[in-house]
Amino acid sequence: MTLIDLANPTKFLSLTGRILPWLAGVTAILLTIGLYQAAMAPDDYQQGATVKIMFIHVPNAWLSMFVWGVMSLAALGTLVWRHPLADVAAKAAAPIGAAFTFLALVTGSLWGRPMWGTYWQWDARLTSVLILFLMYLGLIALWRAVDDPSRAARAAAILTLVGALNLPIIKFSVDWWNTLHQPASVLRMGGSTLDRAFLIPLLVMAVGFSLLFVTLHLAAMRNEILRRRVRSLQIMQASQQAA
Amino acid sequence: MRLRGRQIDCVRGGRAVFSGLDFEASSSHALAVIGPNGSGKTSLLRLIAGLLVPAGGSVALEGGADELTLPEQAHYLGHRDALKPALSVLENLSFWRDFLGGDASDPNESLAKVGLAHATHLPAAYLSAGQRRRLSIARLLAVRRPVWLLDEPTSALDAAGQDLFAGLMQGHLARGGIIVAATHAPLGIEADELRMGGGK
Amino acid sequence: MTALAALIRRDIRIALRVGGGALIGVLFFLTVTVLMPFALGPDLALLTRLGPSILWLGALLASLLTLDRLFTSDHEDGSLDLIVMGRTPLELACAAKALAHWLAAGLPLILATPVLGLMLNLDATATSAVALTLLVGTPALTFIGMIGAALAVTLHRGGLLLAVLVLPLSIPVLIFGVAASQAAISGPLPFGTPFSILCAISLVSFVIGPFAAAASLRHGLD
Repeated sequence: MTLIDLANPTKFLSLTGRILPWLAGVTAILLTIGLYQAAMAPDDYQQGATVKIMFIHVPNAWLSMFVWGVMSLAALGTLVWRHPLADVAAKAAAPIGAAFTFLALVTGSLWGRPMWGTYWQWDARLTSVLILFLMYLGLIALWRAVDDPSRAARAAAILTLVGALNLPIIKFSVDWWNTLHQPASVLRMGGSTLDRAFLIPLLVMAVGFSLLFVTLHLAAMRNEILRRRVRSLQIMQASQQAA
Repeated sequence: MRLRGRQIDCVRGGRAVFSGLDFEASSSHALAVIGPNGSGKTSLLRLIAGLLVPAGGSVALEGGADELTLPEQAHYLGHRDALKPALSVLENLSFWRDFLGGDASDPNESLAKVGLAHATHLPAAYLSAGQRRRLSIARLLAVRRPVWLLDEPTSALDAAGQDLFAGLMQGHLARGGIIVAATHAPLGIEADELRMGGGK
Repeated sequence: MTALAALIRRDIRIALRVGGGALIGVLFFLTVTVLMPFALGPDLALLTRLGPSILWLGALLASLLTLDRLFTSDHEDGSLDLIVMGRTPLELACAAKALAHWLAAGLPLILATPVLGLMLNLDATATSAVALTLLVGTPALTFIGMIGAALAVTLHRGGLLLAVLVLPLSIPVLIFGVAASQAAISGPLPFGTPFSILCAISLVSFVIGPFAAAASLRHGLD
């Protein structure tokens, strides 16, 4: 199976149709194991049981950036190689990425609540994720603004790439803005000195969530392909002259 | 019923388009407004429809419903199709039927008459120019109004569509309606002629 | 009534379908509100104090900027001609269009207020005060903004010109909206005083807006 074969939407549909149930199964198993291990993990001596939010939060935060990376690759596919599935992939990824980013924000603010005493603090990391979330929403709005998907694809691809180039700059600016105003964040999320008892469940959860993304993304791409087929069938139907 | 205009002056953008125009159209008669570009055909139709205010003179419908104004008894089919691409064909037509009110009929039936029965649930965005025009024409059938004001009604229609529309206009005249149509092409029905722009 | 209900239903449908801009307003509101702390600094005490004003400014801009296409899209595709020729008075049709626009674009702003209140560290009382004043005040913004949207048809221009025309007219709404929110949070005025004036301004705009818009549209058609 080469990339050329996958470029054919029909082959893509039949292949993913066979893979998807397995993928969903493995995802479910991994997430179950990860959640069980996370529940069994010891409490942190400082944060207590709230540290367990980390096992959901960190994979979501990681995926929120990973999905933008996937969309950037797809955007290159649209603009450079004109791969027929690239804009389908980009369009299908945006709402999923937005959902992961939203979950990262919610879990982050829930985690921050016992630390800060408020649900929201203009902490550098959370704020960067919030801006990423706004960019996802803007991208979805762009996809929704134009009826013809191939026309929207170009614009969305350019915006995705500009966003990818801008993300580090935004991250840097927010860090700078934040340290200008207040000392370093109270909450250190996922430092490098994680105990093995935390690290293994976290890795399992990260892999589980990544597979969840792949599963959802393939399913969403299938939906998008079918939606486009319905659309072209409808256009054909409209052009038929009544007998 | 008689649609009568007396001594109408039309001024647009400081330019006199036409002046002292008289015309008359009675029940079961069609009036074809002909003349070169810029002679004021569209202006005259919009003036009758109440969308332009005449600089002088008056237009009146004698023998119509007393409680309604002339624009409320007239259909205006302009260059633009007044369709929303995001709505389905049926939604577009149902909206105009509900909004224009009065003596309304089943929109599905009107769509069948203009040859769009196969497309009722498709978004109007998918229609071709000719089909959009057919959908606009369906509006004339969905709500019954005695006066039809048609601006280049057959543009964008193919030969079959023009025949179909000629038949619909015949039907309207047979029910005692009045048609005023601005046109370059023959309408396909018998009509009196009003020449614009020649005299001045 | 069927005619007005049909018009409202149609406009809401278009706003919610692909290509409609119902949720862009909320997104704009969200973005403007999130921008404020970058200008003011992340000091939560300061943001709490300025919160109601920030939310009101965001909602004001969001509800006026989305009004741009209220009449121009109907004018461009010829629908406006037919609306004028309907048996429904144009004033009522304008009011129905404004109401539909508020339901599709204004109401979501109020639903988004609690989330944004959380980010600005507003407590439950403050957030509900802002949401309540927005619920009463944003219809006034829509109905005042509608006049500008109708003028945009006459002038064949929209966008920023509309904002320049309408923003000064919306100042009273802003004054009493923010005043009522502040009164509920910190006093010293009783909440009722500015809130009643805000209600009065809304009621007046329900009358003036449709008449001015309809008059402007009648002259704008050609």
